[in-house]
Amino acid sequence: MSIDGQSITGPGESGVTSASGPALRRAVVVGGNRIPFARAGGSYAKSSNQDMLTAALDGLIARFGLQDERVGEVAAGAVLKHSRDFNLTREAVLGSALSAETPAYDLQQACATGLETVVGLANKIKLGQIDSAIAGGVDSASDAPVVVSEGLREVILDLNRAKTIPQRLQILSRLRPKDLAPLAPGTAEPRTGLSMGEHQALTTAQWKVSREAQDEVALNSHRNLAAAYESGFFDDLVTPYRGLARDGNLRADTSIEKLAALKPVFGRNLGADATMTAGNSTPLTDGASTVLLASDEWADARDLPKLAAVVDAEAAAVDFVHGKDGLLMAPVFAVPRLLARHNLTLADIDFFEIHEAFAATVLSTLAAWEDEEFGRTRLGLDGAFGKVDRARLNVNGSSLAAGHPFAATGGRIVATLAKLLHAKGTSDGRPARGLVSVCAAGGQGVVAILESL
Amino acid sequence: MTDKYAQLVNQGLGRNVARKLGLPQPAVLRRYKPGQPLITGPIVVQGDSAAADKLAAELLAWDLDVRRHAVPREKLGAIILVLDDVARPEDLEKPVLAAGASLRDLAPGARVLTVSRPASEADSPAAAAARQGVDGFLRSLAKELRAGATGNGILLSGDVEPTSPSALAAVRFFLSGRSAFVDGQFLTVSSTDGQLPDDFDRPLAGKVAVVTGAARGIGAEIARTLHRDGATLVLVDLPAAGDHLAAVANEVKGTALQLDISRDDAGQRIIEHAVQRHRRLDIMIHNAGITRDKLLANMDHARWSSVININIAAQLRINEALLASEHFGPAPRIVSVASTSGIAGNRGQTNYAASKGGVMGMVRATAPLLAASGGTINAVAPGFIETEMTERIPFALREIARRANSLQQGGKASDVAEAISFLASGAAGGINGEVLRVCGQNMVGA
Repeated sequence: MSIDGQSITGPGESGVTSASGPALRRAVVVGGNRIPFARAGGSYAKSSNQDMLTAALDGLIARFGLQDERVGEVAAGAVLKHSRDFNLTREAVLGSALSAETPAYDLQQACATGLETVVGLANKIKLGQIDSAIAGGVDSASDAPVVVSEGLREVILDLNRAKTIPQRLQILSRLRPKDLAPLAPGTAEPRTGLSMGEHQALTTAQWKVSREAQDEVALNSHRNLAAAYESGFFDDLVTPYRGLARDGNLRADTSIEKLAALKPVFGRNLGADATMTAGNSTPLTDGASTVLLASDEWADARDLPKLAAVVDAEAAAVDFVHGKDGLLMAPVFAVPRLLARHNLTLADIDFFEIHEAFAATVLSTLAAWEDEEFGRTRLGLDGAFGKVDRARLNVNGSSLAAGHPFAATGGRIVATLAKLLHAKGTSDGRPARGLVSVCAAGGQGVVAILESL
Repeated sequence: MTDKYAQLVNQGLGRNVARKLGLPQPAVLRRYKPGQPLITGPIVVQGDSAAADKLAAELLAWDLDVRRHAVPREKLGAIILVLDDVARPEDLEKPVLAAGASLRDLAPGARVLTVSRPASEADSPAAAAARQGVDGFLRSLAKELRAGATGNGILLSGDVEPTSPSALAAVRFFLSGRSAFVDGQFLTVSSTDGQLPDDFDRPLAGKVAVVTGAARGIGAEIARTLHRDGATLVLVDLPAAGDHLAAVANEVKGTALQLDISRDDAGQRIIEHAVQRHRRLDIMIHNAGITRDKLLANMDHARWSSVININIAAQLRINEALLASEHFGPAPRIVSVASTSGIAGNRGQTNYAASKGGVMGMVRATAPLLAASGGTINAVAPGFIETEMTERIPFALREIARRANSLQQGGKASDVAEAISFLASGAAGGINGEVLRVCGQNMVGA
């Protein structure tokens, strides 16, 4: 296939069915737990990543009675991470009510971290390497690592190596006042110097996504999340933490008028065409999430519920550095490849969980899929990839309302989707299907399919 | 939640000063720990009836040091007065005075128990007088006991023998440290149902119990006590209390169910969770409750209705679901937390007292519905208990409330939990529709 894009057929060629072959077994989502997400500098300003991840784990353990259980493996990660937290997940396990003999590892793939822990651990279960696992993620934008300047860092390291007082004095004399200023962490892309919001602003303009459409996505996110809380949907998905029982960013009473009144914060160089505001972009957020995964046998032996199966996943990346695609557009390529592998179309999906990094990210993704030219030239299809039924999109809210603690978003989405799928169940002889799509820094994206049980 | 005064008067100088000034001297109560001896010294069984002989024989079989006559100046662990055969008020004198002669020999934390028949309209007037006399006698005697000793009575209705499972279980409960803050109370055994456990230190082994309001306070302590006694636990509290609930669940190795019990489907959700996760449901502890105090003149809809809804209406709905479920039991147990406020009333608590009075009414009327399946429902009415809630009462008021009982101190949450665990046990199958006060014989509403 010679197209100027990314072929949707993978190494296995097309036509692989969703039954993953006789040697593999099923990996199921038992349930999840997260702490409410808090706006940075808010309720969790003094909480470390380890504190929050431990709290999310302990809530999961309490919900499912996993005290002293030796879980096959726990994997989690944080995007903003202190160097002292080199073993963050294992330390959280040791501080939790799980057996101290539970192994753990850290993983990091920017905002896709949480989803990738689910995918990696589900694969291990499918292979028979482990019977149970906890996937998760945590991030604190409040308790972020602060880095010293390169000048100060070199001086400190050289001082350590120096042997005599004159040597030390000589090294210290290199210090300049500007070296003492700490460097706060940024979300700028190292290769472009642009923040994620500025990158999205370029994509937003490219796909001509209107301000009104973005504000509507934001409004729906808040309304859907608020309604889900009201109905008790999150009663067995969220455990309060530090006085917060619901996501701190949720504005149940927001309105299209309030959102319309906000000033643009990204793409301001576009002048009147700037559309991205604090209302239709996710805020910096603190929080943690976990998902309990298992083989059927392990779950059955413990009388645990089985909500959904982790069917398959796909990662993609785009060349945003040279401007070929937008920074957050990798899922646009990953989803067609994944669905093709299972002979599915967008119409076969009952629930879409498209991470709302920005309202415009979701809308740019949908626009690309609906574009005939893009479908032909970039996805190698006969025409447009297809249309997402908006009534099936982020039905219980997403990151615009809940907030987005980078590595914790994947776990939030997977647990929410698994519960939605289980409630819908089988209809017309086929299980309910859900699609997760998470974009990530570095021009990456991870997507996955879950099926109801 | 510490009673600093009680600590002070239980050591050297404080003890002497309090004694000289005639101030209250609350004793350190003997509380149950697994593996400890049932009682601290020999037990004297007073009474000449056949029932007295049988009970003494049973106690001997438990390897207890049982006497039929007191040995002067020997420190006693307990005196049991078997008065089931009193036919006339004059019959009380001999056993009662014999017991009186031994009172000075009671060890600290000793127990006095009466075992008798309840007075009823079917009795001859003289027999009814004698039987009802036991009531007044015991309640007065309990007020005379010192050094953490308590007095309680067991009433055997119909032809229930003192050696029936629940009568023996009640004797054990009252003799043990489990009943530390139960004083001046009567408990009726109305049937021969119930089965004594294989292991008295794990009477709830193999049972699955649900505790509402388990995130903190008395509820968390009930969870710990039932866990210690062998039960597997489902802990329920509001979603907003989920972090405390998770901590308790992880401590007692149970499962946490974040649920607002005032939801219409709460009973169903509880049953589903217990059955799916633990394959059964044997014990339901209704502990969740709230206070919204206000004088009636200032009472509004929100304060009144929320208290009624959560404290009693929710329990009624959940019980309805439990009674309709094939998964509840066999020999199910329900225990509700009532309150002495529901008995004696409390200024500013018309809503709370109505709800707690309602709990007691519900318990009595539900008892026959459960009896058919070998089940029971009972209530425990706590008096002044040292909790975060009572910690907030102003100092002077708290001091008065705390001392206004025969033990001159507040109870602990664990005292309430012990009574609940006892009523939830298989051995308590013959006790149904009862309200047991855990109040140290509170002067209020006695």
